[in-house]
Amino acid sequence: MNLRTDLSVIAENVAQGSRVLDIGCGDGALMAALRDTRDVDARGLEIDAHNVASAVARGLSVIQGDADIDLAGYPDGSFDYAILSQTLQTARAPDLVLDHLLRIGRRAFVSFPNFAHWRVRLSLLWGGRMPVTRQLPESWYDTPNIHHVTIDDFRAFVKARGIIVEDAWFLSGDKRTGAGGASLLAEHAVFLLRR
Amino acid sequence: MVARGMLDTPAIDTAANPSTDQRFGLARRVTLPGPLRLDGGVLLSPVDIAYETYGTLNADASNAILICHALTGDQHVASHHPRTGKPGWWTRMVGEGKPIDPARHFIVCANVLGSCMGTSGPATVNPATGRPWAMSFPVITIRDMVRAQAMLLDHLGVGVLHAVVGGSMGGMQALSWPATFPDRVKACVVIASTARHTAQNIAFHEVGRQAVMADPNWRGGEYHDDAAPTAGLAVARMAAHITYLSEAGLTEKFGRRLQARDAKSFGFDADFQVESYLRHQGLAFTDRFDANSYLYITRAMDYFDLAEEHGGLLANAFRATKSRFCLVSFDTDWLYPTAESRAIVQALNAAGAPVSFVELSSPYGHDAFLLEAPDLNRVVDGFLRAGR
Repeated sequence: MNLRTDLSVIAENVAQGSRVLDIGCGDGALMAALRDTRDVDARGLEIDAHNVASAVARGLSVIQGDADIDLAGYPDGSFDYAILSQTLQTARAPDLVLDHLLRIGRRAFVSFPNFAHWRVRLSLLWGGRMPVTRQLPESWYDTPNIHHVTIDDFRAFVKARGIIVEDAWFLSGDKRTGAGGASLLAEHAVFLLRR
Repeated sequence: MVARGMLDTPAIDTAANPSTDQRFGLARRVTLPGPLRLDGGVLLSPVDIAYETYGTLNADASNAILICHALTGDQHVASHHPRTGKPGWWTRMVGEGKPIDPARHFIVCANVLGSCMGTSGPATVNPATGRPWAMSFPVITIRDMVRAQAMLLDHLGVGVLHAVVGGSMGGMQALSWPATFPDRVKACVVIASTARHTAQNIAFHEVGRQAVMADPNWRGGEYHDDAAPTAGLAVARMAAHITYLSEAGLTEKFGRRLQARDAKSFGFDADFQVESYLRHQGLAFTDRFDANSYLYITRAMDYFDLAEEHGGLLANAFRATKSRFCLVSFDTDWLYPTAESRAIVQALNAAGAPVSFVELSSPYGHDAFLLEAPDLNRVVDGFLRAGR
């Protein structure tokens, strides 16, 4: 099994036998890994019908839906973890989605691409163009990412909201980077949060 | 007692050899003593059920899949229809190498209560009078159909279903299964269906019923010695058929094209292809369906409101079951639109049931569930295989 790096970070840190809601679960790769390696009862929410079909074909319980709309229907504290991987920056109201995440799950994993990575900064600074990088491969007109966020933005956001950061992982390609230089050096961040 | 037909099956002990057991196979019909207590309060006894089975029930009876048919469907899910000669109505889903496969599953499909393909209904003979029941047949509900199916499964030696699967009205039955028998079903597939009939659904059915009843041949349902109310039934079918399609589908198939003519006739022949098509659909339907059955089954669908049966809260219908659920809707289905499936999904979530849901894209409206849909097969196949 070849999980995306941010997903394997999450997979390694989900407790055995827990209940997980994966929001924006794609074709269910993380859910299948959690089910098969950690005996997790995983449920998914995914906006794309073809992805849902793929996930259900893997035997997973996945509902087609929109994180901006359909999270409201989930009861409080109904999952041990709510996971939002690479979806935050595509939400119309990421703050509300995060509220739901921390309401539905007792803990939440959030991963997102860091818009302050040095490649992005250079591209804007020297090229004067919206960056197209390996983490942000789409052009400005067709990107699903409508709320670009940086690691420092996110840190400030959770602090202002009184959300507790239990752990955080910073990734450059397949490698970890330290928390100190993460704003510049990390392409990707994974946060473990709780209220 | 009702006279037993040639295909009626005698009671056989469950240890019988599956290959010679008369309970199993195509074109079966059994008379069960009952009584079947109906939602309307009537005790129905005996109960005839016409059904087919495909595949072999395994030793621990754990591979049974019940397929529930739609309003005008029948037990011939994957065998030729005896009257029309057409192939089974769901050969895209049921058959060798298909998601529901007789090589792996023991498949049961029974004609629903109230229908006219051999199961007790207004067209069968009332043992008390020796005449067709006609409108003296008790009014039935979707749950009554499900209870009759459970009686048949008892007879077949099936305790717990590996899955129950249905589209449209079949989906209503499938959804009623875990609500009515929470311990008897492990997985439930509900396609292009709803947990209740809306005012619009009831309105369309009422148009159909009034068309039947307005036909002078209907005669209060007592038409069995004379001409049947085929004109009324055909109009009912025409109106209903429109609700099974989509505007885009009709436009693509017919547009404003004329039927076998170069110019409008300035009369009331079927000038347009769509008119000719609907007339054909209406007439062909009357060859295979009983007008009174159409009244009874549409009534059962109109009465269907699963939440109402469980104190007004749909989630309550699913609290007792351990079943997994898979719901599929189609984006152009305006008869049972996606919102209806979503309401069911929310209720299942609230009840904590494992549920999958997907809205598939198709130009064909409600009928899409019967047509070629690779994603539908992929979803159903994966969902059924996941049962462990």
